[in-house]
Amino acid sequence: MLRTLIGVAAVAGTLIVVVFQLTLPTIKANKAEALRRAVFDVLPGARKVVTFKLEEDGSLAPLTGDDERAVKYYAGYTEDHQLIGVAIEAQGQGYQDVIKVLYGYAPAEQHIIGMKVLESKETPGLGDKIGKDRVFLANFDKLEARLTEGDATLQHAFEVVKHGAKKNPWQIDGITGATISSKAVGKLLNASAPRHLPPVQKNMSRLKEGK
Amino acid sequence: MRQETLTAAAAPEIGLDTFLDGIWKENPTFVTVLGMCPLLAVSNSVQNALAMALATMFVLVMSNMAVSLVRNVIPSQVRLVAFIMIIATFVTVAEYLLQAISLELHRALGAFVPLIVVNCIILGRAEAFASKNPVIPSILDGLGTSMGFLLAIFTMGAVREILGSGSFLGFPLFGDNFEPWVVMILPSGGFFVLGVLMLGVNRLNAWLKAETR
Repeated sequence: MLRTLIGVAAVAGTLIVVVFQLTLPTIKANKAEALRRAVFDVLPGARKVVTFKLEEDGSLAPLTGDDERAVKYYAGYTEDHQLIGVAIEAQGQGYQDVIKVLYGYAPAEQHIIGMKVLESKETPGLGDKIGKDRVFLANFDKLEARLTEGDATLQHAFEVVKHGAKKNPWQIDGITGATISSKAVGKLLNASAPRHLPPVQKNMSRLKEGK
Repeated sequence: MRQETLTAAAAPEIGLDTFLDGIWKENPTFVTVLGMCPLLAVSNSVQNALAMALATMFVLVMSNMAVSLVRNVIPSQVRLVAFIMIIATFVTVAEYLLQAISLELHRALGAFVPLIVVNCIILGRAEAFASKNPVIPSILDGLGTSMGFLLAIFTMGAVREILGSGSFLGFPLFGDNFEPWVVMILPSGGFFVLGVLMLGVNRLNAWLKAETR
């Protein structure tokens, strides 16, 4: 009895390991490709991407290879190597589960210039509009993210307002019927931007150089 | 399940009928009412429904084949453990393959791919059919049963996507004036559609029975 079970388990284990090893390169490539496409989406006009990593002393250094734990900044450049902006990953609690987004930040204009939902389990038809609703996504085509003097934090935190009530450039026009999910996006951006935008401003020369 | 065993034992020749039974007479969804969880959860669009059906088909056919191959060496006391281990292996394989084929599809199906392990259709067929029959009929049985599941989940997916999103396989069907019935792609819509479909299938079967009599 024991021998049969061990035999079945051994065959099963071998099969899983073989398939895992065979599919691993493709899966990794798929994930990298999905992220690359998202980076180009949130940095309109970008043609090239250089990945930077945040060092402990607050400086940015180009990342070679892969480091899963590093905080990554994806700098996007035009054909003739002009910096367009930096894409940063952010996540926060949504209505159902964690929402993961990627947003593009243009350091020269101090604006958010794009946002894409990478992962969310928001209610289909309601909360998942945060990734589909064109009016909502248009908020992030040009959303003010100006830093205070000395690049310490945001001058104005992002604020999600009722649909149609947007008055200031740092306010996000929410989605009717998806209040919690829209607010969750504002909240996760508020958590990420004050932490990640100052290092971008402080390392502008590095980023412009692209090396 | 006992009845299925009897029919399998009573029919000496196993061929086309083994395949066809799973599609209609013993349809896993409408007749034996198994595998409701994935059926209701991921039938909100045609694409998700098809991906789920194909993943289930892969697991069901492979596990039926494997169970049938080892049916004579597994002691009956530990057969369920062994079956679940075999099924779990193929589910894991299916998950890696799906991730390699399309990450987006894998994301859309979410937790429901790993949950194929506990899909009663699969363990049901392993126990009721594959553990008592040779390899070829077991594969046919797996194919037939999963075709039955595909038929059911595809119909649900089509109805729910057409009404709930106004599209089919992602292509919009109606003009901008169409107001989607959002409820159809929510869980409650799944129950509505399943109820209506079951009513229809049962009515049809009752009518067919009366006709043949």
